[in-house]
Amino acid sequence: MHKYSWLEKKPNLIVLWMLLPALVLELLIHILPMLVGLYISFTHLTTFTLHDWLHAPFIGLENYKVGLNPSNPLGAAFFWSFFISLAYTAITVIASTLLGLGGALLVNHHFPGRAVFRTIFLLPYAMPVFVVGIVWRFMFMRDWGLVNQLLVNAFHVIASKPFWLIGPHAFIAIVIASIWRNWPFLFLISLAGLQTIPPDQYEAAEVDGANTLMKFRHITLPGLRPVISIGILLSFLWTFNDFTLPFSMLGENPSPSADVLTLHIYSNSFQDWNFGTGAAMSVLMMMALGLIILLFNRMFRLGRRNEL
Amino acid sequence: MKRKSQLQTLTRAFFLTLYTLFVVVPLYEMVKSSFEPLRDIESTQFHFLPLHFSWKAYRDMWTTLPLARYFIDSLVVSGISTLLSIVVAICAAYAFSRFRFPGKSFFGVMILATQIFPGMLFLLPIFVMFTQIQDNTGIQLNGTYLGLVITYMTFALPFAIWMMRGYFETIPLSLEEAAMIDGCSRIGVLTRIVIPLAIPGIIAVAVFAFLNAWNEVLFASVLTSDTTQTLAIGLQSYATQTVVEWNQLMASSITVTVPVMVAFLLVQKYFLFGLTGGVKE
Repeated sequence: MHKYSWLEKKPNLIVLWMLLPALVLELLIHILPMLVGLYISFTHLTTFTLHDWLHAPFIGLENYKVGLNPSNPLGAAFFWSFFISLAYTAITVIASTLLGLGGALLVNHHFPGRAVFRTIFLLPYAMPVFVVGIVWRFMFMRDWGLVNQLLVNAFHVIASKPFWLIGPHAFIAIVIASIWRNWPFLFLISLAGLQTIPPDQYEAAEVDGANTLMKFRHITLPGLRPVISIGILLSFLWTFNDFTLPFSMLGENPSPSADVLTLHIYSNSFQDWNFGTGAAMSVLMMMALGLIILLFNRMFRLGRRNEL
Repeated sequence: MKRKSQLQTLTRAFFLTLYTLFVVVPLYEMVKSSFEPLRDIESTQFHFLPLHFSWKAYRDMWTTLPLARYFIDSLVVSGISTLLSIVVAICAAYAFSRFRFPGKSFFGVMILATQIFPGMLFLLPIFVMFTQIQDNTGIQLNGTYLGLVITYMTFALPFAIWMMRGYFETIPLSLEEAAMIDGCSRIGVLTRIVIPLAIPGIIAVAVFAFLNAWNEVLFASVLTSDTTQTLAIGLQSYATQTVVEWNQLMASSITVTVPVMVAFLLVQKYFLFGLTGGVKE
């Protein structure tokens, strides 16, 4: 209250003027497109009706029926792609969290060269995602890519070189690249979280005779929870919504094993020019994300602290 | 006790090595290949060090790809959208941090909510709307810088406003009060006191906005034409062709990455500030 009192004596229009540019841009580029997208999802909008989209035939829930009908090829592909996205995201986030937490515990002590390791660990996250995609495409090339060279030529783990970028292995390829790219974020978050835990808690536990595992279980994990749960949620959303990494690794037409939702909707809309179904799928994707956020909120009780 | 700590040190060293290898091997491969002739890259004989060292890829990449033009396109789009979004974000963030107004919390939540929606959700309608505007007014938004700049500046706004607001709130009100008592106007307070004090934060926000635009692929792949392609699109589409000069592609990837990597590492501590600003109550 006191913070604002000296301002409120002189209410003025200046607030409005300062907010106006941001407000207009948000309305035009964020809010309006969402409404337009919602409308398009009820129409049969193709490349022929694109220039007159307001008069594209209104077909009600038809696009949603097609998208949600598993016995229809389009619907089946949509469900498949949703499942791929979910698996891709879940594996990425779980692996990144474990790696990130482990990495943070490794450098959370003072030792010579600590800052160097910290910087090295951040490098994948500092790279543009499309470069990450290009580099991993390069690594996974079949005949001479480093992955196959190491597996076959150098260490003789397997006898013949598998294809990584096409066929069933493409999923593994994008997951590895995605983990490589995403774990530093959770590392950064975990490290920040560790530093918020007061050291005297550990000292007190030691006096009471707690071992390393007990300290980790009862001090470190609960202490990390508020920060790391936000980190997990953000990285889940970013990975689920990410288009760039799979696109720059596999191009517009990935094999079904790596046909994540973003790529799927993209090729549906901009190659097959089915804007209506594309929009319906985007809306469904957003609703699924909303559900996931709610579930997540239930699980981690975001915003509330240390109730354990 | 001593043996235990030695064991700990060894375990730590072991895991640090594993982590470092995981991170560094792809980076090393990228750098190594950029200094190799193509036939060495495509040879199946495993070699850890380059067989023949050459700078040639760094020279040839400028002619194999219109790399200089990609650079200019990316610089123009990222630079202009960053500048504009910073100006807009400063105003909005200041209003957020210093005034109370109806709908403030709703607006705040809305701004953050747009962060979590898939880009795909916006891409289609924006493309359709831009086509419509083009048809009706003749203003070219698809395939020009303009459409991309407007989109990128708006997409940078939520994070920029959120982060700058956190920054402004660390600046004591008493400074502003004193200046206003001395007859300084509201705008004067903003430009003479708040902005100079918030410069580090503003620079950090600018870097993040720039990086987002520099690295963006989804919108750029639809909203650019052959003459306005950004680096991200140019390199990506080259990488998926059947015949690729991989040494040159790696050389150009490194050239594109190094400046933004340095910039990110310089401001990464603010990145966390921006994110955790929302976590702390």
